[in-house]
Amino acid sequence: MLFKEVLYLIQKDLVLEWRQKYAFNGMILYVSSTVFVCYLSFGLRSNVLTVPVWNAVLWIILLFTSVNAIAKSFMQENRGRLLYFYSIVSPQGVILAKIVYNALLMLILALICFVFYAFVLGNPVQDVPMFLLTIFLGAIGFSTSLTMISGIASKAANSSTLMAVLSFPVIVPMLLMLIKMSKNALDGLDRSTSLDELLTLLAINMIVITVSYILFPYLWRS
Amino acid sequence: MKKNWWKILAVVLLVFTVVAGMLSEVPRLAILNETIRNLYFHVPMWFGMILILLVSVVYSIKYLRNPTIKNDVIAYEAAKVGILFGVLGIVTGMEWAKFTWGEYWSNDPKQNASAIGLLIYFAYLVLRSSFNEQQQRARISAVYNIFAFAALIPLLFILPRLTDSLHPGNGGNPGFNSYDLDSRLRMVFYPAVLGWTLLGIWIVNVKSRLELIRQRLYETV
Repeated sequence: MLFKEVLYLIQKDLVLEWRQKYAFNGMILYVSSTVFVCYLSFGLRSNVLTVPVWNAVLWIILLFTSVNAIAKSFMQENRGRLLYFYSIVSPQGVILAKIVYNALLMLILALICFVFYAFVLGNPVQDVPMFLLTIFLGAIGFSTSLTMISGIASKAANSSTLMAVLSFPVIVPMLLMLIKMSKNALDGLDRSTSLDELLTLLAINMIVITVSYILFPYLWRS
Repeated sequence: MKKNWWKILAVVLLVFTVVAGMLSEVPRLAILNETIRNLYFHVPMWFGMILILLVSVVYSIKYLRNPTIKNDVIAYEAAKVGILFGVLGIVTGMEWAKFTWGEYWSNDPKQNASAIGLLIYFAYLVLRSSFNEQQQRARISAVYNIFAFAALIPLLFILPRLTDSLHPGNGGNPGFNSYDLDSRLRMVFYPAVLGWTLLGIWIVNVKSRLELIRQRLYETV
C-alpha cells in the first residue's frame, strides 16, 4: 500500500517536472554557469588547480547545487495542494517519495556537473568507476538529509537563509567522507582503502532516512 | 532539604574538584607536565555537554508525544546549557592545545567535529527564533533537535576514530586509560565529571523553572 503510494507520488513529481521543466533547466544552467565561473577564475593560472583543489571545488559546487535544487521540493507546493495530499496520502509516503525523487534529480544533476566539470577543467581521475560510485553515494546522501531539512525550513518565514544554516552543519560529516573517498579514487588507490568511508556513508544514510521517516509525520501535521 | 541533596552534592564535588585538582599529586609526564590538571575541567565539559544535550533530545521526544509547554521549555533550556558547556569545552581545549600541541587550533578532527556540533545547535537557536507562533515553534524545533542529534552522533563518535587525531585514544594514540590515568587522576576525575554534570542539570532546572513562571506571568497579565 505504502509502496504504491510512493510510486504514485514519484510519478506525480516527475510529470510535474516534465511539464514545467523550468526548475530542471534552471538547475542545469546553474551548474554549468558555476562550473564556467570556476574555469574562468582558475583559467588565468592553470597550474594553481592541483588535484585536492579540483576535488574540493567539485564537491562545493555539488553541495550548493543540491541545496538549491532540493530547497524547492517543499516550497514549490502551494497550500491547497498540500491540504489535498494531507487528506489522501500518508506522511511516510510523501517523505519517501520526495527522497527518491530528489535522489533521482541529484543523480542526473551530479552526473551532468561531473561530465561538464571534467570536460572544462580537465579530468585527473584515475579510478573512474569508483569516482562515479562516490558521486552516486553523494547524490543520494545529499538528497536524503536535505529533503528533511527543506521540509523543516519551508515551515519558517525566512526559509532560503534557514535552509543553508540548517543544512551545512548536518551535511558536513557526509561531505568529509565523500571528499576522502573521491580523493582515494582520484589518486587511483586500492579500492579496499575506501571501504571504511563507504560503510560509514551507508550507515549515515540509513540513520538519516530512518529518522526522517519517523519524524516527518510530526512536521507534516502543522 | 530531602529534594535538594544533589545540589549540595554538586557543590561539594565541585569544591573538591577545584581544590584537589589544583593541589593534589599528578603524574609527571613529558609535554603535559602540570597541564594534565586540565583533565578535570576540559574533559568533564564534553561529558556534561553530551548528557545535557541528551536531556534536551529526550524532552523534545517527550514534546512530540505529549505537547506541553514544560517539555518544550526544558528542551530549549537544556540545549542552551549544552551549548554553554560546548563553548567552555572548546575554550579550555584550545588553551590546553596551545601548551601541548603548540597551536590553539591544529585542525584536529575532534576539534573540527566539536565546532560543527556547536554550529548545529546555533542553527537550532536561529530556527527557534524564526517562528512567531509558540506551538509551531516548539514542534518544528523539536523535530530539528532530534534530527540534529542523530546527525551529531556519527560526527562525535564515529568519524574521529576513522581519522588520525592528536587526542588520546584516536588514530593509534593510546587512550588515557591505558597508561597514565592512574588512580590518583581517577580519584579527582570521576567526581569532577559528576560534579560538572550536576551543575549543568541544576542550571537547566533553575532556568526552566524561571521561564515557566515568566510564561505564566505573561498569560495572567
